[in-house]
Amino acid sequence: MRPYIAVLSANFRMMLQYRAAAFAGAVTQVFWGLIRVMVFEAFYRSSSLVHPMGLDEVVDYVWLGQAMLLLTTFGPDPHIREMIRSGNVAYELTRPTDLYGFWYVRCLAARTAPVILRAVPQLLIAGLFFGLRAPASPASGAAWIASTLAAMLLSAAFGAVISITLLWTISGEGASRFLPAVSWLLSGNIIPLPLFPEWAQGVLNVLPFRGLADTPFRIYMGHIGPGEALLPILHQVVWAAAFVLFGRWLLARAMRRVVVQGG
Amino acid sequence: MARLVRLYMHYAGISIRSQMQYRASFAMAAAGHLVVTGFGFAALAVLFRRFGSLVEWSLHGVAVLYGITHVAFALAEAFARGFDVFPAMVRDGSFDRLLLRPLSTAFQVAASEIQLMRIGRLTQGLAVLGWALATGGFSLGLAHWLLVPLAILGGACLFSGLFVLSGVLSFWTIETLEVVNTVTYGGVEATQYPLSIYRPWFRHLFTFVVPLACVNFLPGAALMGMPERAGAPEWCLWLAPFAGVLFLLASLQVWRVGVRHYTSTGS
Repeated sequence: MRPYIAVLSANFRMMLQYRAAAFAGAVTQVFWGLIRVMVFEAFYRSSSLVHPMGLDEVVDYVWLGQAMLLLTTFGPDPHIREMIRSGNVAYELTRPTDLYGFWYVRCLAARTAPVILRAVPQLLIAGLFFGLRAPASPASGAAWIASTLAAMLLSAAFGAVISITLLWTISGEGASRFLPAVSWLLSGNIIPLPLFPEWAQGVLNVLPFRGLADTPFRIYMGHIGPGEALLPILHQVVWAAAFVLFGRWLLARAMRRVVVQGG
Repeated sequence: MARLVRLYMHYAGISIRSQMQYRASFAMAAAGHLVVTGFGFAALAVLFRRFGSLVEWSLHGVAVLYGITHVAFALAEAFARGFDVFPAMVRDGSFDRLLLRPLSTAFQVAASEIQLMRIGRLTQGLAVLGWALATGGFSLGLAHWLLVPLAILGGACLFSGLFVLSGVLSFWTIETLEVVNTVTYGGVEATQYPLSIYRPWFRHLFTFVVPLACVNFLPGAALMGMPERAGAPEWCLWLAPFAGVLFLLASLQVWRVGVRHYTSTGS
Protein backbone atom coordinates (compact mmCIF):
# COMPACT_ATOMS: atom_id res chain seq x y z
CA MET A 1 0.00 0.00 0.00
CA ARG A 2 2.82 2.36 0.88
CA PRO A 3 4.14 2.86 -2.68
CA TYR A 4 0.65 3.79 -3.87
CA ILE A 5 0.26 6.40 -1.18
CA ALA A 6 3.69 7.76 -2.10
CA VAL A 7 2.69 8.11 -5.77
CA LEU A 8 -0.56 9.75 -4.79
CA SER A 9 1.05 12.32 -2.54
CA ALA A 10 3.92 13.04 -4.95
CA ASN A 11 1.49 13.69 -7.80
CA PHE A 12 -0.66 15.77 -5.51
CA ARG A 13 2.24 17.97 -4.48
CA MET A 14 3.30 18.40 -8.10
CA MET A 15 -0.18 19.53 -9.13
CA LEU A 16 -0.31 21.98 -6.25
CA GLN A 17 2.63 23.79 -7.85
CA TYR A 18 0.36 25.03 -10.60
CA ARG A 19 -1.77 27.27 -8.43
CA ALA A 20 -1.74 30.26 -10.80
CA ALA A 21 -2.84 28.12 -13.73
CA ALA A 22 -5.60 26.65 -11.59
CA PHE A 23 -6.79 30.11 -10.61
CA ALA A 24 -6.86 31.30 -14.23
CA GLY A 25 -8.72 28.13 -15.13
CA ALA A 26 -11.24 28.76 -12.38
CA VAL A 27 -11.91 32.31 -13.61
CA THR A 28 -12.43 31.06 -17.16
CA GLN A 29 -14.82 28.40 -15.97
CA VAL A 30 -16.82 30.87 -13.90
CA PHE A 31 -17.26 33.05 -16.99
CA TRP A 32 -18.34 30.00 -18.94
CA GLY A 33 -20.77 29.06 -16.18
CA LEU A 34 -22.30 32.55 -16.27
CA ILE A 35 -23.04 32.16 -19.98
CA ARG A 36 -24.72 28.82 -19.37
CA VAL A 37 -26.75 30.08 -16.43
CA MET A 38 -28.04 33.01 -18.50
CA VAL A 39 -28.98 30.68 -21.38
CA PHE A 40 -30.98 28.45 -19.02
CA GLU A 41 -32.65 31.47 -17.43
CA ALA A 42 -33.82 32.53 -20.88
CA PHE A 43 -35.11 29.06 -21.72
CA TYR A 44 -37.05 28.92 -18.44
CA ARG A 45 -38.50 32.38 -19.15
CA SER A 46 -39.79 31.09 -22.49
CA SER A 47 -41.81 28.20 -21.16
CA SER A 48 -44.52 28.05 -18.55
CA LEU A 49 -44.67 24.24 -18.43
CA VAL A 50 -43.46 22.29 -15.42
CA HIS A 51 -40.10 20.68 -16.09
CA PRO A 52 -38.40 17.76 -14.37
CA MET A 53 -36.00 20.26 -12.85
CA GLY A 54 -36.58 23.80 -11.59
CA LEU A 55 -34.38 26.72 -12.64
CA ASP A 56 -32.78 26.89 -9.16
CA GLU A 57 -31.77 23.27 -9.49
CA VAL A 58 -30.39 23.77 -12.99
CA VAL A 59 -28.30 26.69 -11.73
CA ASP A 60 -26.83 24.48 -8.97
CA TYR A 61 -26.24 21.78 -11.56
CA VAL A 62 -24.40 24.14 -13.93
CA TRP A 63 -22.08 25.43 -11.19
CA LEU A 64 -21.28 21.99 -9.87
CA GLY A 65 -20.64 20.95 -13.46
CA GLN A 66 -18.18 23.79 -14.01
CA ALA A 67 -16.40 23.06 -10.74
CA MET A 68 -16.05 19.34 -11.44
CA LEU A 69 -15.47 19.71 -15.18
CA LEU A 70 -12.08 18.01 -15.15
CA LEU A 71 -13.64 14.77 -13.96
CA THR A 72 -15.36 14.40 -17.33
CA THR A 73 -12.53 15.50 -19.60
CA PHE A 74 -10.36 12.46 -19.11
CA GLY A 75 -7.64 11.98 -21.66
CA PRO A 76 -4.68 9.64 -21.31
CA ASP A 77 -2.33 10.35 -18.43
CA PRO A 78 0.39 12.60 -19.96
CA HIS A 79 3.23 10.85 -18.12
CA ILE A 80 2.17 7.40 -19.19
CA ARG A 81 1.79 8.67 -22.75
CA GLU A 82 5.31 10.06 -22.70
CA MET A 83 6.70 6.82 -21.28
CA ILE A 84 4.99 4.75 -23.95
CA ARG A 85 6.26 7.01 -26.72
CA SER A 86 9.82 7.08 -25.52
CA GLY A 87 9.95 3.43 -24.54
CA ASN A 88 10.69 4.26 -20.92
CA VAL A 89 7.61 2.27 -20.08
CA ALA A 90 10.05 -0.65 -19.82
CA TYR A 91 11.32 0.76 -16.53
CA GLU A 92 7.81 0.53 -15.14
CA LEU A 93 7.95 -3.22 -15.58
CA THR A 94 10.94 -3.52 -13.28
CA ARG A 95 9.16 -1.94 -10.33
CA PRO A 96 8.21 -4.32 -7.56
CA THR A 97 4.60 -3.14 -7.54
CA ASP A 98 1.51 -4.18 -9.40
CA LEU A 99 1.65 -2.15 -12.63
CA TYR A 100 -2.06 -1.61 -13.00
CA GLY A 101 -2.41 -0.43 -9.41
CA PHE A 102 0.48 1.93 -9.93
CA TRP A 103 -1.03 3.47 -13.05
CA TYR A 104 -4.47 3.61 -11.54
CA VAL A 105 -3.22 5.61 -8.59
CA ARG A 106 -1.36 7.89 -10.95
CA CYS A 107 -4.59 8.55 -12.90
CA LEU A 108 -6.47 9.03 -9.65
CA ALA A 109 -4.01 11.69 -8.52
CA ALA A 110 -4.13 13.40 -11.92
CA ARG A 111 -7.95 13.49 -11.72
CA THR A 112 -8.41 14.59 -8.14
CA ALA A 113 -5.69 17.17 -7.42
CA PRO A 114 -6.59 19.66 -10.18
CA VAL A 115 -10.30 19.12 -9.62
CA ILE A 116 -10.06 19.97 -5.95
CA LEU A 117 -7.78 22.91 -6.69
CA ARG A 118 -10.23 24.40 -9.17
CA ALA A 119 -13.46 23.37 -7.49
CA VAL A 120 -12.91 25.09 -4.16
CA PRO A 121 -12.52 28.67 -5.48
CA GLN A 122 -15.27 28.13 -8.05
CA LEU A 123 -17.79 26.79 -5.58
CA LEU A 124 -16.99 29.71 -3.27
CA ILE A 125 -17.40 32.33 -6.01
CA ALA A 126 -20.56 30.71 -7.36
CA GLY A 127 -21.99 30.34 -3.86
CA LEU A 128 -21.25 33.91 -2.81
CA PHE A 129 -22.22 35.76 -5.99
CA PHE A 130 -23.98 33.60 -8.54
CA GLY A 131 -26.79 31.68 -6.94
CA LEU A 132 -25.27 28.30 -6.08
CA ARG A 133 -27.15 27.02 -3.02
CA ALA A 134 -25.78 24.93 -0.17
CA PRO A 135 -26.50 21.17 -0.18
CA ALA A 136 -30.17 20.43 0.45
CA SER A 137 -29.46 19.02 3.92
CA PRO A 138 -26.47 17.80 5.94
CA ALA A 139 -27.37 14.26 4.93
CA SER A 140 -27.46 15.29 1.26
CA GLY A 141 -24.09 16.96 1.70
CA ALA A 142 -22.58 13.80 3.18
CA ALA A 143 -24.05 11.63 0.43
CA TRP A 144 -22.75 14.15 -2.14
CA ILE A 145 -19.21 13.81 -0.81
CA ALA A 146 -19.46 10.02 -0.97
CA SER A 147 -20.81 10.19 -4.49
CA THR A 148 -18.11 12.66 -5.59
CA LEU A 149 -15.43 10.28 -4.29
CA ALA A 150 -17.07 7.48 -6.28
CA ALA A 151 -17.06 9.75 -9.35
CA MET A 152 -13.32 10.26 -8.89
CA LEU A 153 -12.75 6.50 -8.69
CA LEU A 154 -14.82 6.03 -11.84
CA SER A 155 -13.07 8.82 -13.71
CA ALA A 156 -9.65 7.40 -12.82
CA ALA A 157 -10.73 3.94 -14.01
CA PHE A 158 -11.76 5.47 -17.35
CA GLY A 159 -8.49 7.36 -17.58
CA ALA A 160 -6.50 4.21 -16.86
CA VAL A 161 -8.24 2.28 -19.64
CA ILE A 162 -7.57 5.11 -22.10
CA SER A 163 -3.93 5.30 -21.07
CA ILE A 164 -3.54 1.56 -21.53
CA THR A 165 -4.99 1.69 -25.05
CA LEU A 166 -1.99 3.87 -25.92
CA LEU A 167 0.10 0.70 -25.82
CA TRP A 168 -1.65 -0.14 -29.09
CA THR A 169 -2.35 3.22 -30.70
CA ILE A 170 0.53 5.37 -29.36
CA SER A 171 -0.98 8.69 -30.47
CA GLY A 172 -4.29 8.38 -28.64
CA GLU A 173 -5.59 10.99 -31.06
CA GLY A 174 -8.83 9.15 -31.68
CA ALA A 175 -9.87 8.23 -28.17
CA SER A 176 -8.81 11.51 -26.61
CA ARG A 177 -10.92 13.49 -29.06
CA PHE A 178 -14.10 11.44 -29.12
CA LEU A 179 -14.43 10.35 -25.54
CA PRO A 180 -14.55 13.75 -23.84
CA ALA A 181 -17.28 14.83 -26.28
CA VAL A 182 -19.30 11.71 -25.60
CA SER A 183 -18.88 11.96 -21.86
CA TRP A 184 -19.71 15.68 -21.78
CA LEU A 185 -23.04 15.09 -23.43
CA LEU A 186 -23.94 11.84 -21.63
CA SER A 187 -22.73 12.81 -18.16
CA GLY A 188 -24.94 15.90 -18.06
CA ASN A 189 -22.21 18.51 -18.44
CA ILE A 190 -23.81 20.20 -21.46
CA ILE A 191 -27.44 19.77 -20.44
CA PRO A 192 -28.68 18.32 -17.14
CA LEU A 193 -29.70 14.74 -17.83
CA PRO A 194 -33.26 15.10 -16.44
CA LEU A 195 -33.99 17.60 -19.25
CA PHE A 196 -33.33 14.99 -21.94
CA PRO A 197 -36.43 13.45 -23.59
CA GLU A 198 -38.20 10.66 -21.70
CA TRP A 199 -37.15 7.94 -24.13
CA ALA A 200 -33.47 8.67 -23.49
CA GLN A 201 -33.70 8.43 -19.70
CA GLY A 202 -33.57 4.63 -19.50
CA VAL A 203 -30.34 4.43 -21.49
CA LEU A 204 -28.75 7.38 -19.69
CA ASN A 205 -29.50 5.76 -16.34
CA VAL A 206 -27.71 2.56 -17.24
CA LEU A 207 -24.66 4.05 -18.97
CA PRO A 208 -21.64 4.76 -16.76
CA PHE A 209 -21.33 8.44 -17.74
CA ARG A 210 -23.95 9.83 -15.38
CA GLY A 211 -21.80 8.62 -12.50
CA LEU A 212 -19.22 11.27 -13.40
CA ALA A 213 -21.48 14.28 -12.94
CA ASP A 214 -25.22 13.82 -12.87
CA THR A 215 -25.38 11.46 -9.88
CA PRO A 216 -23.37 13.55 -7.39
CA PHE A 217 -25.01 16.81 -8.55
CA ARG A 218 -28.53 15.56 -8.10
CA ILE A 219 -27.68 14.15 -4.69
CA TYR A 220 -26.23 17.54 -3.69
CA MET A 221 -29.44 19.43 -4.43
CA GLY A 222 -31.70 16.72 -3.03
CA HIS A 223 -33.14 15.92 -6.46
CA ILE A 224 -32.12 12.42 -5.40
CA GLY A 225 -32.89 12.36 -1.66
CA PRO A 226 -30.28 11.06 0.79
CA GLY A 227 -32.51 8.04 1.42
CA GLU A 228 -32.50 7.04 -2.25
CA ALA A 229 -28.85 7.84 -2.82
CA LEU A 230 -27.50 4.39 -2.06
CA LEU A 231 -28.47 2.77 -5.33
CA PRO A 232 -27.03 5.51 -7.61
CA ILE A 233 -23.78 5.46 -5.64
CA LEU A 234 -23.69 1.69 -6.00
CA HIS A 235 -24.15 2.20 -9.75
CA GLN A 236 -21.04 4.38 -9.76
CA VAL A 237 -18.98 1.92 -7.74
CA VAL A 238 -20.02 -1.07 -9.84
CA TRP A 239 -19.06 0.71 -13.06
CA ALA A 240 -15.76 1.82 -11.53
CA ALA A 241 -15.03 -1.78 -10.53
CA ALA A 242 -15.98 -3.00 -14.01
CA PHE A 243 -13.59 -0.54 -15.64
CA VAL A 244 -10.83 -1.48 -13.21
CA LEU A 245 -11.25 -5.16 -14.12
CA PHE A 246 -11.36 -4.32 -17.81
CA GLY A 247 -8.23 -2.18 -17.50
CA ARG A 248 -6.41 -4.96 -15.65
CA TRP A 249 -7.33 -7.47 -18.31
CA LEU A 250 -6.30 -5.08 -21.08
CA LEU A 251 -2.96 -4.35 -19.47
CA ALA A 252 -2.25 -8.05 -18.95
CA ARG A 253 -2.91 -8.66 -22.63
CA ALA A 254 -0.69 -5.78 -23.65
CA MET A 255 2.13 -7.02 -21.46
CA ARG A 256 2.04 -10.44 -23.07
CA ARG A 257 2.92 -8.94 -26.43
CA VAL A 258 5.16 -6.10 -25.36
CA VAL A 259 8.58 -6.02 -27.01
CA VAL A 260 11.17 -3.78 -25.44
CA GLN A 261 13.70 -2.59 -27.97
CA GLY A 262 17.04 -2.41 -26.33
CA GLY A 263 19.89 0.00 -26.46
CA MET B 1 -0.70 42.06 -53.95
CA ALA B 2 -0.65 39.24 -56.51
CA ARG B 3 2.76 38.30 -55.20
CA LEU B 4 1.40 38.07 -51.67
CA VAL B 5 -1.45 35.85 -52.79
CA ARG B 6 0.96 33.57 -54.62
CA LEU B 7 3.23 33.41 -51.60
CA TYR B 8 0.30 32.66 -49.34
CA MET B 9 -0.74 29.80 -51.62
CA HIS B 10 2.78 28.48 -51.43
CA TYR B 11 2.79 28.60 -47.63
CA ALA B 12 -0.64 26.97 -47.57
CA GLY B 13 0.54 24.22 -49.90
CA ILE B 14 3.42 23.37 -47.59
CA SER B 15 1.19 23.42 -44.56
CA ILE B 16 -1.39 21.16 -46.17
CA ARG B 17 1.19 18.72 -47.49
CA SER B 18 2.74 18.40 -44.05
CA GLN B 19 -0.65 17.70 -42.47
CA MET B 20 -1.38 15.10 -45.14
CA GLN B 21 1.67 13.12 -44.10
CA TYR B 22 -0.41 11.76 -41.24
CA ARG B 23 -3.57 11.02 -43.13
CA ALA B 24 -5.23 8.82 -40.51
CA SER B 25 -4.47 11.27 -37.75
CA PHE B 26 -5.83 14.13 -39.88
CA ALA B 27 -9.01 12.21 -40.66
CA MET B 28 -9.47 11.43 -36.97
CA ALA B 29 -8.96 15.03 -35.95
CA ALA B 30 -11.34 16.38 -38.59
CA ALA B 31 -13.98 13.77 -37.78
CA GLY B 32 -13.48 14.49 -34.09
CA HIS B 33 -14.19 18.17 -34.69
CA LEU B 34 -17.28 17.28 -36.66
CA VAL B 35 -18.62 15.03 -33.90
CA VAL B 36 -17.77 17.41 -31.05
CA THR B 37 -19.46 20.39 -32.68
CA GLY B 38 -22.28 18.11 -33.82
CA PHE B 39 -22.98 17.22 -30.19
CA GLY B 40 -23.21 20.92 -29.45
CA PHE B 41 -26.04 21.28 -31.91
CA ALA B 42 -27.71 18.08 -30.72
CA ALA B 43 -27.75 19.61 -27.23
CA LEU B 44 -29.38 22.74 -28.62
CA ALA B 45 -32.07 20.64 -30.31
CA VAL B 46 -32.70 18.80 -27.03
CA LEU B 47 -33.24 22.11 -25.23
CA PHE B 48 -35.67 23.35 -27.87
CA ARG B 49 -37.56 20.06 -27.68
CA ARG B 50 -37.95 20.56 -23.97
CA PHE B 51 -38.70 24.31 -23.86
CA GLY B 52 -40.27 24.97 -27.28
CA SER B 53 -38.63 28.32 -27.90
CA LEU B 54 -35.96 30.67 -26.62
CA VAL B 55 -37.75 33.90 -25.74
CA GLU B 56 -39.00 34.88 -29.24
CA TRP B 57 -36.53 32.76 -31.18
CA SER B 58 -37.29 29.44 -32.82
CA LEU B 59 -34.78 26.63 -33.26
CA HIS B 60 -34.32 27.71 -36.87
CA GLY B 61 -33.55 31.28 -35.89
CA VAL B 62 -31.00 30.21 -33.30
CA ALA B 63 -29.55 27.73 -35.81
CA VAL B 64 -28.80 30.64 -38.17
CA LEU B 65 -26.82 32.42 -35.43
CA TYR B 66 -25.15 29.14 -34.49
CA GLY B 67 -24.18 28.43 -38.10
CA ILE B 68 -22.79 31.90 -38.75
CA THR B 69 -20.69 31.83 -35.58
CA HIS B 70 -19.25 28.38 -36.16
CA VAL B 71 -18.45 28.93 -39.84
CA ALA B 72 -16.77 32.25 -39.03
CA PHE B 73 -14.80 30.76 -36.15
CA ALA B 74 -13.71 27.76 -38.24
CA LEU B 75 -12.38 30.11 -40.93
CA ALA B 76 -10.52 32.17 -38.35
CA GLU B 77 -9.10 29.03 -36.76
CA ALA B 78 -7.95 27.76 -40.13
CA PHE B 79 -6.31 30.99 -41.30
CA ALA B 80 -5.23 32.85 -38.18
CA ARG B 81 -4.23 29.96 -35.95
CA GLY B 82 -0.60 30.91 -36.53
CA PHE B 83 -1.07 33.66 -33.95
CA ASP B 84 -2.07 31.03 -31.45
CA VAL B 85 1.22 29.16 -31.77
CA PHE B 86 3.05 32.47 -31.95
CA PRO B 87 3.95 32.61 -28.21
CA ALA B 88 6.18 29.58 -28.84
CA MET B 89 8.01 31.57 -31.56
CA VAL B 90 8.75 34.33 -29.09
CA ARG B 91 9.87 31.91 -26.44
CA ASP B 92 12.34 30.02 -28.59
CA GLY B 93 13.48 33.06 -30.54
CA SER B 94 12.40 31.85 -33.97
CA PHE B 95 10.45 35.09 -34.39
CA ASP B 96 13.81 36.77 -35.06
CA ARG B 97 14.03 34.86 -38.31
CA LEU B 98 10.71 36.31 -39.43
CA LEU B 99 11.98 39.82 -38.78
CA LEU B 100 14.83 39.32 -41.23
CA ARG B 101 12.58 38.57 -44.16
CA PRO B 102 11.29 41.35 -46.41
CA LEU B 103 7.65 40.59 -45.66
CA SER B 104 5.23 41.81 -43.05
CA THR B 105 5.48 39.80 -39.85
CA ALA B 106 1.71 39.50 -39.46
CA PHE B 107 1.54 37.91 -42.91
CA GLN B 108 4.25 35.40 -42.09
CA VAL B 109 2.77 34.45 -38.75
CA ALA B 110 -0.69 34.03 -40.25
CA ALA B 111 0.67 31.91 -43.09
CA SER B 112 2.86 29.79 -40.82
CA GLU B 113 0.05 27.42 -39.97
CA ILE B 114 -3.12 26.68 -41.88
CA GLN B 115 -5.17 24.13 -40.05
CA LEU B 116 -7.11 22.00 -42.43
CA MET B 117 -8.70 19.86 -39.74
CA ARG B 118 -11.00 22.78 -38.90
CA ILE B 119 -12.96 21.55 -41.89
CA GLY B 120 -14.97 19.48 -39.40
CA ARG B 121 -16.38 22.54 -37.64
CA LEU B 122 -16.80 24.34 -40.96
CA THR B 123 -18.82 21.49 -42.49
CA GLN B 124 -21.05 21.20 -39.47
CA GLY B 125 -21.64 24.95 -39.28
CA LEU B 126 -22.46 25.16 -42.98
CA ALA B 127 -24.83 22.21 -42.70
CA VAL B 128 -26.72 23.77 -39.78
CA LEU B 129 -26.83 27.17 -41.48
CA GLY B 130 -27.99 25.68 -44.79
CA TRP B 131 -30.65 23.61 -43.08
CA ALA B 132 -31.94 26.58 -41.07
CA LEU B 133 -32.10 28.96 -44.05
CA ALA B 134 -33.69 26.37 -46.33
CA THR B 135 -36.40 25.10 -43.98
CA GLY B 136 -36.90 28.02 -41.60
CA GLY B 137 -39.51 29.75 -43.74
CA PHE B 138 -37.79 33.14 -43.58
CA SER B 139 -38.60 35.56 -46.40
CA LEU B 140 -35.17 36.23 -47.80
CA GLY B 141 -34.46 38.72 -50.60
CA LEU B 142 -31.25 39.11 -52.54
CA ALA B 143 -29.95 41.57 -49.96
CA HIS B 144 -30.47 38.99 -47.21
CA TRP B 145 -28.53 36.39 -49.14
CA LEU B 146 -25.67 38.87 -49.45
CA LEU B 147 -25.82 39.61 -45.76
CA VAL B 148 -25.09 35.98 -44.83
CA PRO B 149 -21.59 35.78 -46.36
CA LEU B 150 -20.94 39.33 -45.18
CA ALA B 151 -21.72 38.39 -41.59
CA ILE B 152 -19.51 35.30 -41.89
CA LEU B 153 -16.68 37.36 -43.33
CA GLY B 154 -17.05 39.96 -40.58
CA GLY B 155 -17.09 37.23 -37.96
CA ALA B 156 -14.01 35.52 -39.41
CA CYS B 157 -12.18 38.87 -39.36
CA LEU B 158 -13.25 39.55 -35.80
CA PHE B 159 -12.15 36.17 -34.45
CA SER B 160 -8.90 36.54 -36.41
CA GLY B 161 -8.44 39.92 -34.75
CA LEU B 162 -8.87 38.25 -31.35
CA PHE B 163 -6.22 35.68 -32.24
CA VAL B 164 -3.91 38.53 -33.28
CA LEU B 165 -4.50 40.33 -29.99
CA SER B 166 -3.84 37.21 -27.93
CA GLY B 167 -0.63 36.81 -29.93
CA VAL B 168 0.34 40.41 -29.21
CA LEU B 169 0.09 39.72 -25.49
CA SER B 170 3.01 37.36 -25.80
CA PHE B 171 5.28 40.29 -26.63
CA TRP B 172 4.83 41.31 -23.00
CA THR B 173 4.26 38.02 -21.24
CA ILE B 174 5.29 34.52 -22.20
CA GLU B 175 2.55 33.02 -20.08
CA THR B 176 -0.23 31.71 -22.24
CA LEU B 177 -3.25 33.51 -20.97
CA GLU B 178 -6.15 31.17 -20.55
CA VAL B 179 -8.25 34.22 -19.80
CA VAL B 180 -8.15 35.17 -23.49
CA ASN B 181 -10.16 32.03 -24.17
CA THR B 182 -13.10 33.61 -22.40
CA VAL B 183 -13.64 35.98 -25.33
CA THR B 184 -12.68 33.58 -28.13
CA TYR B 185 -14.21 30.23 -27.17
CA GLY B 186 -16.53 31.95 -24.72
CA GLY B 187 -17.56 34.28 -27.54
CA VAL B 188 -18.43 31.34 -29.76
CA GLU B 189 -20.41 29.74 -26.96
CA ALA B 190 -22.26 32.96 -26.19
CA THR B 191 -23.09 33.98 -29.77
CA GLN B 192 -24.67 30.63 -30.54
CA TYR B 193 -27.67 32.19 -28.82
CA PRO B 194 -29.32 35.56 -29.46
CA LEU B 195 -27.48 38.19 -27.47
CA SER B 196 -30.73 39.70 -26.22
CA ILE B 197 -31.13 36.86 -23.70
CA TYR B 198 -28.12 37.95 -21.67
CA ARG B 199 -27.78 40.49 -18.88
CA PRO B 200 -26.88 44.07 -19.86
CA TRP B 201 -23.21 44.03 -18.76
CA PHE B 202 -22.64 40.92 -20.82
CA ARG B 203 -24.41 42.36 -23.87
CA HIS B 204 -22.34 45.50 -23.63
CA LEU B 205 -19.11 43.51 -23.38
CA PHE B 206 -19.89 41.67 -26.60
CA THR B 207 -21.21 44.75 -28.40
CA PHE B 208 -18.84 47.55 -27.56
CA VAL B 209 -15.63 45.91 -26.32
CA VAL B 210 -15.54 42.78 -28.47
CA PRO B 211 -18.15 43.59 -31.14
CA LEU B 212 -19.34 40.03 -31.69
CA ALA B 213 -22.94 41.23 -31.72
CA CYS B 214 -22.22 43.15 -34.92
CA VAL B 215 -21.30 40.04 -36.89
CA ASN B 216 -23.90 37.76 -35.49
CA PHE B 217 -26.89 38.98 -33.54
CA LEU B 218 -27.51 42.23 -35.43
CA PRO B 219 -27.32 40.81 -38.98
CA GLY B 220 -29.14 37.74 -37.65
CA ALA B 221 -32.05 39.90 -36.51
CA ALA B 222 -32.21 41.46 -39.98
CA LEU B 223 -32.21 38.00 -41.57
CA MET B 224 -35.07 36.85 -39.34
CA GLY B 225 -37.05 39.88 -40.47
CA MET B 226 -37.32 41.19 -36.94
CA PRO B 227 -35.01 44.20 -36.89
CA GLU B 228 -37.09 45.79 -34.13
CA ARG B 229 -35.80 43.16 -31.67
CA ALA B 230 -32.20 44.14 -32.13
CA GLY B 231 -32.65 47.44 -30.28
CA ALA B 232 -30.83 49.37 -33.01
CA PRO B 233 -31.87 51.27 -36.16
CA GLU B 234 -32.26 49.01 -39.17
CA TRP B 235 -29.46 50.46 -41.31
CA CYS B 236 -27.15 49.62 -38.42
CA LEU B 237 -27.89 45.93 -38.76
CA TRP B 238 -26.82 45.88 -42.39
CA LEU B 239 -23.58 47.74 -41.86
CA ALA B 240 -22.70 46.04 -38.58
CA PRO B 241 -20.59 43.20 -40.06
CA PHE B 242 -18.00 45.76 -41.18
CA ALA B 243 -17.21 46.25 -37.51
CA GLY B 244 -15.45 42.87 -37.70
CA VAL B 245 -13.20 44.10 -40.50
CA LEU B 246 -12.42 47.29 -38.57
CA PHE B 247 -11.63 45.22 -35.49
CA LEU B 248 -9.12 43.16 -37.45
CA LEU B 249 -7.48 46.29 -38.91
CA ALA B 250 -7.22 47.80 -35.42
CA SER B 251 -5.75 44.56 -34.08
CA LEU B 252 -3.10 44.62 -36.80
CA GLN B 253 -2.18 48.16 -35.73
CA VAL B 254 -1.73 46.91 -32.17
CA TRP B 255 0.36 44.08 -33.59
CA ARG B 256 2.65 46.66 -35.18
CA VAL B 257 3.11 48.40 -31.85
CA GLY B 258 3.92 45.02 -30.33
CA VAL B 259 6.56 44.23 -32.95
CA ARG B 260 8.21 47.60 -32.37
CA HIS B 261 8.29 46.83 -28.67
CA TYR B 262 9.82 43.37 -29.22
CA THR B 263 13.25 42.55 -27.92
CA SER B 264 14.62 39.12 -28.67
CA THR B 265 15.24 36.62 -25.92
CA GLY B 266 18.67 36.31 -27.49
CA SER B 267 21.05 33.35 -27.74
